[in-house]
Amino acid sequence: MHHMTLTELAKGLKAGDFSSRELTTSLLDRIERLDGEINSFVTVTRDQALAAADAADQARAKGESRPLAGLPLAIKDIFCTQGIRTSCGSKMLDNFQAPYNATVVEKLQAAGMISLGKTNMDEFAMGSSNENSFYGPVKNPWDHTAVPGGSSGGSAAAVAAGFAPAALGTDTGGSIRQPAAFCGITGLKPTYGRVSRYGMVAFASSLDQGGPMARSAEDCAHLLGAIAGHDLRDSTSVARVVPDYLAELDAPLDGLKIGLPKEYFGDGLDAEVESAIREAIRVYESLGAKVCEVSLPHTHLAVPAYYVIAPAEASSNLSRYDGVRFGHRCDNPVDLEDLYKRSRAEGFGDEVKRRILIGTHTLSEGFFDAYYRKAQQVRRLIRQDFMDAFEEVDVLMGPAAPTPAFDLGAKKDPVSMYLQDIYTIAINLAGIPGISVPAGFSGQGHRPIGLQILGQHFAEGQLLNVAHQFQQATDWHRRHPTDQETT
Amino acid sequence: MAIEHADVLRAAHLARLGLNSDAEAAGYVDDLTRILEMVDRLQAVDTNGIAPLSHPLDTTQRLRPDEVTETNQRDAFQACAPETAEGLYLVPRVVE
Repeated sequence: MHHMTLTELAKGLKAGDFSSRELTTSLLDRIERLDGEINSFVTVTRDQALAAADAADQARAKGESRPLAGLPLAIKDIFCTQGIRTSCGSKMLDNFQAPYNATVVEKLQAAGMISLGKTNMDEFAMGSSNENSFYGPVKNPWDHTAVPGGSSGGSAAAVAAGFAPAALGTDTGGSIRQPAAFCGITGLKPTYGRVSRYGMVAFASSLDQGGPMARSAEDCAHLLGAIAGHDLRDSTSVARVVPDYLAELDAPLDGLKIGLPKEYFGDGLDAEVESAIREAIRVYESLGAKVCEVSLPHTHLAVPAYYVIAPAEASSNLSRYDGVRFGHRCDNPVDLEDLYKRSRAEGFGDEVKRRILIGTHTLSEGFFDAYYRKAQQVRRLIRQDFMDAFEEVDVLMGPAAPTPAFDLGAKKDPVSMYLQDIYTIAINLAGIPGISVPAGFSGQGHRPIGLQILGQHFAEGQLLNVAHQFQQATDWHRRHPTDQETT
Repeated sequence: MAIEHADVLRAAHLARLGLNSDAEAAGYVDDLTRILEMVDRLQAVDTNGIAPLSHPLDTTQRLRPDEVTETNQRDAFQACAPETAEGLYLVPRVVE
């Protein structure tokens, strides 16, 4: 039961093989037994989960049939949950209980899904290893000496470890796709604006997007259908009909045109990752797809542009943490400036401070044009690269990350950590959707490798179809770490 | 563009971010120097005539009728505040 997909669990509930309460209890017990080591959850909400499971069982007994009702999932601790702490991985919000629910949380509740709790993450979603959490690092369930990736590392680890069949994550520069790749699960970053950001703690508002992390593309299709859609409370959410993502899954791939960006197969790409990705491409060829090389000539500028734009937006968004209205406040402030400065110095961790400083510096008088304006101009060039490529091909494919999961503590230098996201960051700058699917393992350490598939704006249905067809032909997504490795 | 110790102190002050020591500030000078060296790759690109892209979908701000739609939830919103009194947020005395 611990490694079944949502789709399989839904069948089991419907057939009466087990109740939602039995399923939920079993997962909660498993978390209690094994998560002390993995550290994927910041808060486990046992009582609320069991109450929701009972409600789902009663509704089912009365003949109600909602497809996701009674199915558990975990929620990244960046989504506001009324009455339950939303820490965002930060000391700043260690005491914060939101007075409202995020739109996606409301939507999942309305669908009858059961939250098991809130998952660990890099502080304010700033990181690629989940080592920047106030609540300590998360271990990769496949290899406890490795990172799970970040920033949605707790969500990815919880799904891989058999604690939750699915989880919500967020992706600002790769934070769904890279941890999905490192933990051997499927993770989708939707098009910017596809999923409401209301109640999602803001990091970089022109890049942030929430999305599903699960054990199959089919499960991601179920979840995206439940969380996508226009929201009047998020002025950047897009008023556009949500298609039936499940209906598209079975379309054949005959004649699909796949582009391989040559810049995604260059220096710095691990040989085992490259060989796994090339093998996955051969699977697609056997399914009738046509493959050609394309170029995204501004790829090398994505990480530099991102490290101007994201910190600039973050420095502005995080100015709300002032020790006055919510969040951490220092003891005995002597005056208002001392209150601001010490509350923020005590509440934020090192990486968050670093990004606030970069953002404040690059936006400040005398530097704005050279950094921020320049980065936004380059952002347009990066988006145009994708538009041009999609004139020639239907989807792009490549690795989700240049290496398999690296060791805990291995990357001490911020720039080397930032360069981890070289294949994921441009996608956020362009606003297009991307999905990472399991595509093999490295020989040493048996660490998972993720294939990344990219599509045009609002092509989530196509990405899920292309990912699902791969998962019909391979079984990488059905592998899971053994409990021996988990204990 | 190099970043100086004074730039970091200025940014920290603008961001109202307390730095505990000169050593802490020096650490950020080192980190930001390396990050901005990486960022400086942008300067090599000719972006003459390229309009800045601030939003991936080029959408415009949506407007709605100017009607009151929210009810007063002050008490709920202030329940998570560090210190309030009579519906006001309390801070150290600003005006003597």
